[in-house]
Amino acid sequence: MEYDVIIGLEVHAQLLTETKIFCSCPTTFGDKPNTNTCPVCIGMPGILPVLNKKVVDFGIKLGIATHCKIAKTNIFARKNYFYPDLPKGYQITQYESPLCEHGFLDIDTNGGGKRIGITRIHMEEDAGKLIHDLENHRSFIDFNRAGVPLLEIVSEPNIRSTDEADAYLKELRQLLVYLEICDGNMEQGSFRCDANISVRPKGSSSFGVRTELKNMNSFRNVHRALSYEIKRHIDVLKSGREVTQQTMLWDEATNTTCSMRTKEESHDYRYFPEPDLIPVMVDDAWIEEIRKTLPEMPRERRKRFEDVYVLPGYDVDVLTQSRDVADYFDDCVSLLDSPKEIGNWIMTEVLRVLKEGAADIKALKVTPKMLTSMIRLIDDGTISGKMAKDVFNEMVETGKSPGEIVKDSGLKQISDEGHLKSLAKAILKDHKREVESYKKGKTQLIGFFVGQLMKATKGKANPKLTNKIIKEILEE
Amino acid sequence: MLDLARSFRMGNISPLDITEKILEAIRHDPLNAYITVDETGARNAAKKAGEGIRQESNNLLLGVPVAIKDNICTKQMATTCASNILSSFVPTYDAHVVEKLKKLGAVIVGKTNMDEFAMGSTTTTSKAGPTKNPWDLTRTPGGSSGGSAAAVAAGLCAAALGSDTGGSIRQPASFCGITGLKPTYGSVSRFGLIAFASSLDQIGPMARSARDVAVLYDAIKAYDQKDSTSVDIGYLPTTLDGLDMQGVRLGVPKAFFGKGLASDVEKAVKDGISVFKELGAKIIDIDLPNIRYGVAVYYIVATAEASSNLARYDGVRYGLRKKDADDLIDMYMDTRAKGFGLEVKRRIVLGTYALSAGYYDQYYKKASKVRTLVIEDFAKAFKMCDIIIGPTTPTPAFGLYEMAEDPLSLYLLDIYTIPANLTGVPALSVPCGFTKEGLPIGMQLMAPAFKEDILLGAGIAFQDHTGFHEVRPQWNMM
Repeated sequence: MEYDVIIGLEVHAQLLTETKIFCSCPTTFGDKPNTNTCPVCIGMPGILPVLNKKVVDFGIKLGIATHCKIAKTNIFARKNYFYPDLPKGYQITQYESPLCEHGFLDIDTNGGGKRIGITRIHMEEDAGKLIHDLENHRSFIDFNRAGVPLLEIVSEPNIRSTDEADAYLKELRQLLVYLEICDGNMEQGSFRCDANISVRPKGSSSFGVRTELKNMNSFRNVHRALSYEIKRHIDVLKSGREVTQQTMLWDEATNTTCSMRTKEESHDYRYFPEPDLIPVMVDDAWIEEIRKTLPEMPRERRKRFEDVYVLPGYDVDVLTQSRDVADYFDDCVSLLDSPKEIGNWIMTEVLRVLKEGAADIKALKVTPKMLTSMIRLIDDGTISGKMAKDVFNEMVETGKSPGEIVKDSGLKQISDEGHLKSLAKAILKDHKREVESYKKGKTQLIGFFVGQLMKATKGKANPKLTNKIIKEILEE
Repeated sequence: MLDLARSFRMGNISPLDITEKILEAIRHDPLNAYITVDETGARNAAKKAGEGIRQESNNLLLGVPVAIKDNICTKQMATTCASNILSSFVPTYDAHVVEKLKKLGAVIVGKTNMDEFAMGSTTTTSKAGPTKNPWDLTRTPGGSSGGSAAAVAAGLCAAALGSDTGGSIRQPASFCGITGLKPTYGSVSRFGLIAFASSLDQIGPMARSARDVAVLYDAIKAYDQKDSTSVDIGYLPTTLDGLDMQGVRLGVPKAFFGKGLASDVEKAVKDGISVFKELGAKIIDIDLPNIRYGVAVYYIVATAEASSNLARYDGVRYGLRKKDADDLIDMYMDTRAKGFGLEVKRRIVLGTYALSAGYYDQYYKKASKVRTLVIEDFAKAFKMCDIIIGPTTPTPAFGLYEMAEDPLSLYLLDIYTIPANLTGVPALSVPCGFTKEGLPIGMQLMAPAFKEDILLGAGIAFQDHTGFHEVRPQWNMM
C-alpha cells in the first residue's frame, strides 16, 4: 500500500533583540553561566515582567512577511509546568490570541512552487539550560537563556515530504535572517524545530495518529529524523499495529527515535491570561511603521535575480544566501551591467575573503564601486583576469582604488600589438624546434609560446591578444 | 503619625526616642505582631532622621516608625510571607513602596505577621504563630494583614503597610479599630509585593486616622514602570481638610445589610451613615445584583492565580529545599509538602483544579465573566452615587481559632470586602463604633477608581466629627 505523509512543523526562533523579553538582561550567547541574569529572569519573589516592545516589532515583521493577520489585542498567557530550567514554574507565552495567524510561506520544491500555511506565530520566553554531570549525579542550571525572546512559528500540516519540510525550514530560516530578527543558527539553538508527523493510506481523507518529534538540532538531523519516523509509522501500519500518540526524541548517536512521553503522561498546562501584563494593543499605524522597514523578501529577490539578471540557479542561491551579499551584488550591478561577471567575482573572491576573515561584507574595504571599476579594467584590456586577482587582494588589504593600484605597481597589461608582435617573433626565433613541431600538428604548443611570452613580460602581456598574435605568426 | 511629626518639630520627642520606645515595647509584645524586627536599621534611620527634622518641615514621614507586612520585599531584611518555604529568604531588592518610604526617611521598624502568603483572614496560619487582637488577646486581629493592624492599634508603630487581595487591609483594620485603605488597583506599584493573586493584590496604608492614612498613601502612590499594571494618571497630593459632605451621594447597597450581619455591627454602621447624613450627605439605596456571586468568583480567580504564582517555590533556586530526595519529583513534593501550610495547600489545589483541562471554561472563564458583571454593577451604581457605604465585615473580631475548622464560613465573611478587589475600586475602612463587649466595628466606603481623595476626604470628615478612631485598645504600649 502507498502512504501519504503529513508533516506540520513548529519552529522556535530566538530573536536578535539586545535584551530579554521581560527584563533588561543581555541576550548574548555563550557567556559565563548565570551572568546574564537578574531577579526578573530567575523568578525571584515579588518581581514583575515588563514587555520588551522590540519583540512585538519583530513578531509583526515576520507576520507581515508571511502574509499573516496581525492581532489587534495581544494577551499573554501563562503555561504552567514544573521543570528546573523554568524559573517561575510557568512560561509566559501567548495562547488564545497569538500575534499572527492565517499566513503562508511559498517554497520551491523539485516539483515546483508550493504554498505552506502558517497557522500562527506567537511571542514567548525561552527557558534556561540544564547541564548534567552524569559522573557525580549532579545537575547545573544556566539561566542566561531564560527570558530570551522567541517567536514560535507553527505551520499547517500541509507539508507532504521530508524534502518539502527541508525547503520550508530553509525558506523560513532565510526569511528570518533577511528580516534581521534571528541569526538562524541551528547548532547554537537559535533556530529550533519540532515536527508533528502522521501517515495515512494514499487517498484517505482522515488523518493518522501523529507523533511529535523533538531534539533535531541541524537541518541534516531534521531530514534524517523525519525520514526515520515516517518509515517507522509506515512499518507499524504495515504490520497491522497502530501508531501510539506520543512525543519522540531523535537520538543522533543511534540514528533512531525513542519515546519521551505518551499522551497519558503529557502535561496539563493550565493556560490562563497572564495577570502581570496588560494586553498589547497593535494598531494599523504600528503595523504600517513596521511594514516600511521590510526588505525585499528572499524568494522575490531570487526570482528577480533569475528573471532580470538571467543568472543560473546556483549563482542565484549563493548570491541571495545573505541579505548583505545580495545587497552588495545589487549595488554592483547598478554600477556596471555585467551581472554574470560580477556574480563570479563575488562568489569566488569576495566570499572567500569574507570566509577567511569572517569580516562583514559591509566592512569590506572593496566597495561595489571598486569592484566594478576593477572589472571595467579587465573589460577594456588594461589588466588581465589573473592580474585582477592581485589587484583585488591589494584592495582588500589597502582599500586603494584599482586604478591607483595599477598605476602604482605598473601592473598595466601590455596590449600594444606592435610591441607584442616583436616580442612574439623573438620568442619563436629562440624556439625553432617547437615551432616545427607545432607546424607538424602539435598545436597545443601554443600554450608553451604564450607562457614564454608571459615569462618575458613578467605576466603583463594581454593573454588574449598574445594568443591571437602568436597564432597569426605561426599560421602565416 | 501626624501628631508625632508635629512633636518632632516642637522638640518634644526625637525620632530616636520614639523608635527606642517602640523597640522596647516590641520586646514585651504579647500580640506577636512582628516576625522580624530590625533594631539596628531602625535606630540608624531614626538617628539620621533626627538630624534632618528641622530642615524638612514638609516631609511628614521623616523619622516616623513604620511597619511593613512580611510579604513586601525589603532589601537585606528577611521577607518570609509567614511561610516555612521562605523562612530563609532575604531579598536583594526593595519593593517600590519600601524604596519610596526609605527615601522619605521613614524608620522601618520591621516586618509584620500575616497569614501565610496572605491567604487567610485571621493571622493564625502564620508559621511564626498567630497574632492576637490588642482589644482582646483571645481574639483574632483579622487578616491577612493582622500583624500590621495590631501593631498600629497597639502603638507598636505609627503606621504600617498591608496588602489587600480580598479584604486583607480593611478587615483587620476593622477588627483592630484602625483606618485602612485598599487603593485603586494600579495606583500603588506591586513591584516587590510577593504575589498571592496578581489581578487582585494591592498594597495599602494602615494607620489610626484617615489623615495618617492619606499621608502614607500619598507617599506610596506612583506610576512605576517596573509594574506593567501600574497606571500613570499624574497623582496629586490628597487634601487633608476633609470633604464637604453637603450633597455628597452615599449609596447603600441592600445586599450589604442582609442575613449574617451582626446586630451590633448593623447598628454602628447605620449610626455612622447618620453622621454623614447630618453633615449633609444624601443617602440613596442602590442595587448591586451580582455581588452575591462575589465570594465564589473571588475564590476561583484568587486561587487560580495563586496556584501559578506559588509554583516558583520549588526548592530549586532559593528558599526551603528538602535534602535527600530520590529524584527531582521527590524533591519538589517534599519541599512543597514541608514548605507550605494547610490553607496554602488548600488554595493551590483549588486553583489548580479551577484551571485544569476540562474545567477551565466552567470555573475560571465563567468566574472572569461574572467578574465583568460585578464591574458593570459598580459602574452603574457610581452613576447614582459618589460613595458606596456599608459594613466592612459582618461580625466583629472572633475567637482566634473559632473558625479554624470551617474554612467555608470563614471565606463567606469576606463578602463585603471582596467586591472592591474584583472591580479594582478603592475602599476605606474607618472605625464607627464598638460592640457591647467593647470590640471595634468598621465601616467601609468605596469610590470609583482613582477617587481616593473623595474616600479619604469623607473618612477625615467622619473622624473630625467622631472619636472612635481615638479610642485605644486594652493592650497598648502607651
